[in-house]
Amino acid sequence: MTASFPERGRITAGVLALAALGILVGGAFAGLGQEAIQSWRGAFSAFDSYLLRVARFTLLQAGLSTILSVLPAIFVARALARHPRFFGRGFILQLFAVPLALPGIVAALGVLALLGRAGFLAPLLSSLSGDTWQGIYGLSGILVAHVFFNLPLAARLLLASLEAVPADQWKLAAQLGMGAGATFRLIEWPALRDALPGVAALVFMVCAVSFTIVLTLGGGPRATTLEVAIYQALRFDFDLARAIALTLVQVALTAAIVLVLSRLGASINADASLPAAPRRSVFPRPGETAFNVSVILLALVFVGGPIAATVIAGLGADLARLAGERAVHGATMTSLLLASLSAFLCLLLSFPLVAARRALEMARGGGRAGGLERLTDTGASMVLIVPPIVIGAGWFILLRRFGDVFAFAPLMVVTVNAAMALPFTMRAIRPAYDAASARHEKLCLALGISGWSRLRLVDWPALRRPAATGLAFAMALSLGDLGVIALFGSDRVKTLPYLLFERMGSYRTADAAGLALFLGVLCLGLMFLATHWGKEKS
Amino acid sequence: MVPQQGAVVKLDALAFAYPGGQAMRFDLLVPASEIVALMGPSGSGKSTLLNLIAGFERPDSGQVLIGSGDVTRLPPFKRPVSMIFQENNLFSHLTVEQNVGLGRSPTLRLSDGDRAAVSEAIARTGLAGKEQRLPRQLSGGERQRVALARVLVRRQPVLLLDEPFASLGPALRDEMLDLVAELHRDQQMTVIMATHDPRDAERLSNRLLFIENGTIAADGATSSFLAGQGPPAFARYLGERKRLR
Repeated sequence: MTASFPERGRITAGVLALAALGILVGGAFAGLGQEAIQSWRGAFSAFDSYLLRVARFTLLQAGLSTILSVLPAIFVARALARHPRFFGRGFILQLFAVPLALPGIVAALGVLALLGRAGFLAPLLSSLSGDTWQGIYGLSGILVAHVFFNLPLAARLLLASLEAVPADQWKLAAQLGMGAGATFRLIEWPALRDALPGVAALVFMVCAVSFTIVLTLGGGPRATTLEVAIYQALRFDFDLARAIALTLVQVALTAAIVLVLSRLGASINADASLPAAPRRSVFPRPGETAFNVSVILLALVFVGGPIAATVIAGLGADLARLAGERAVHGATMTSLLLASLSAFLCLLLSFPLVAARRALEMARGGGRAGGLERLTDTGASMVLIVPPIVIGAGWFILLRRFGDVFAFAPLMVVTVNAAMALPFTMRAIRPAYDAASARHEKLCLALGISGWSRLRLVDWPALRRPAATGLAFAMALSLGDLGVIALFGSDRVKTLPYLLFERMGSYRTADAAGLALFLGVLCLGLMFLATHWGKEKS
Repeated sequence: MVPQQGAVVKLDALAFAYPGGQAMRFDLLVPASEIVALMGPSGSGKSTLLNLIAGFERPDSGQVLIGSGDVTRLPPFKRPVSMIFQENNLFSHLTVEQNVGLGRSPTLRLSDGDRAAVSEAIARTGLAGKEQRLPRQLSGGERQRVALARVLVRRQPVLLLDEPFASLGPALRDEMLDLVAELHRDQQMTVIMATHDPRDAERLSNRLLFIENGTIAADGATSSFLAGQGPPAFARYLGERKRLR
């Protein structure tokens, strides 16, 4: 390494941040590994038909969710692309961003409020089937919720690939008189074909490690995924050997998916932000327009339904009583505190990583990026391959040796959620940091501004806004998360999602609906702030 | 190739504005088979004028007439017009032959007659032997030749050119202008060409329109414009262009 003095400080800070991440992931694997070696006989015998069934169900539901999300998304995306200007188009795109920002447990509750045994649509469904509607649980419930999350995501990603088609080509298609079929075959499909494998793989990955949805809407051994089975093995059966076996399979599975993903050239933290629709010349014929309108309306009802149900059911709850409850106060305070700490930790880790990456890039001049630079760049997003439940399970097993596992709940929630939000925060601050660095680097060297004063005088003013974006985003993610807290939560430490899950479990549905509305509004508000700060130019 | 006639292009009190943009208004008569150059600063409305004739934009009021018909309400594919853009004239995943063939059938179902016309147009534009190439295997000049070949097989009486040679070097540019002139001799189509380069106008057109602030500010013989007899604004525009070089 030929890094000069000012680079060395930044690189060191980046290495420290990487080391912190390494400890988090490494500790979990140490816990798993040690237990696996000690009780290898038990772990080995846990590879039984139950495990096989769970693994098969995990793949089955992920595969079905992917097909049911991506295929309709193709039609929705091209319907939106074919009509670049109509009243409400902007609103629909914003609505399609809502599921992404919504905590899993809130979405699950929205689906239940609509299609559950006592859901808004239950009377209609009962009269249609001529039998009492049993409510949507198990595979069908999981699929509906996954499609609710992923159809809009896939549609936005595919729409982005369609909008990347140069405007002149749409003009040309209009002039040559291509109808819907020819346009699809000659323009849309080639653009979609490049994006589809990546989008499908992303959705598959999200569904394969989905925890909250399966926990709340799945049920019984027939509709359980590996993630939920790990949770049950640790929390209910305290069957460590089984937990180890399940975790190993889960890690192998996600590693395989990521391998396929990288082969397909997809990014596991794909960005679904859309540029403003360019002025585009598209002239669909009346028959096609009618078809497109019905596709868009269907998608609107499907995505809007659970959101509306969440709001209506939430407003129907006794909100005044809930607002006065001590349990709710406590959980809100705990949630806000843990989420803030987690967001700050996340920012504290992402800044040195971004700075170190840039410093390494400058130090090498041209040429290929070195191993350390790649680690500070994509390495951080590799955290996403190790699902939070796996990290949580590893530490759960390890910490058990050092006393009361549940006492570590705050620490685990803060650190694991910070690591999970890291790739997103880094993406928020990296462009601004790199741009500021490109502008100021020489000047700082010439004037001898470095270290703390450089951070305060040069870097911080440029990074304030993106840092706020990253902070709000990380906080929203952490606030809505029901992953690690499901493992470590107890009467002493309860977050809002945990309390919500408890109320659902004890059939206090109205309470749960009220809390879901509260949590949903909190998370959406933070996400709104994040995108708002992210959009404005500094 | 069978000689063919161009069509009159007439814009009658054509009014248009982009949302929140400047109001534009065009009145114009281009006789059949004439070649006209459009010049003017960026953002003055040259491309908008072409887009209005091609039907990519709908006017707020007024009429577009081509030949004897009112095409104001017609979608682009029903107008007797071909257009060439500065770039992106080709579909990158289709071969030269397919890109030209699209001019005959937008679904690429070609008859034997169509195929013959396509290979004749490819030969005419100097691309023989490159039928199976993809656009990325061609030079910038060759790509625009493919676009011209497609214009040939479409046989439309009006050709619109939106700075089609702006990204080519001087020699290639002259070659392309000569090719357009040749095609014009064959097919006699009416040509309206937007350009920033006075040499394009000099080489190809007898008539020049100066567009400024969304309207046709001056209309006259190319030679007199370029001899310095145009309006002062045109001289300023040319001067700016020269300073930029």
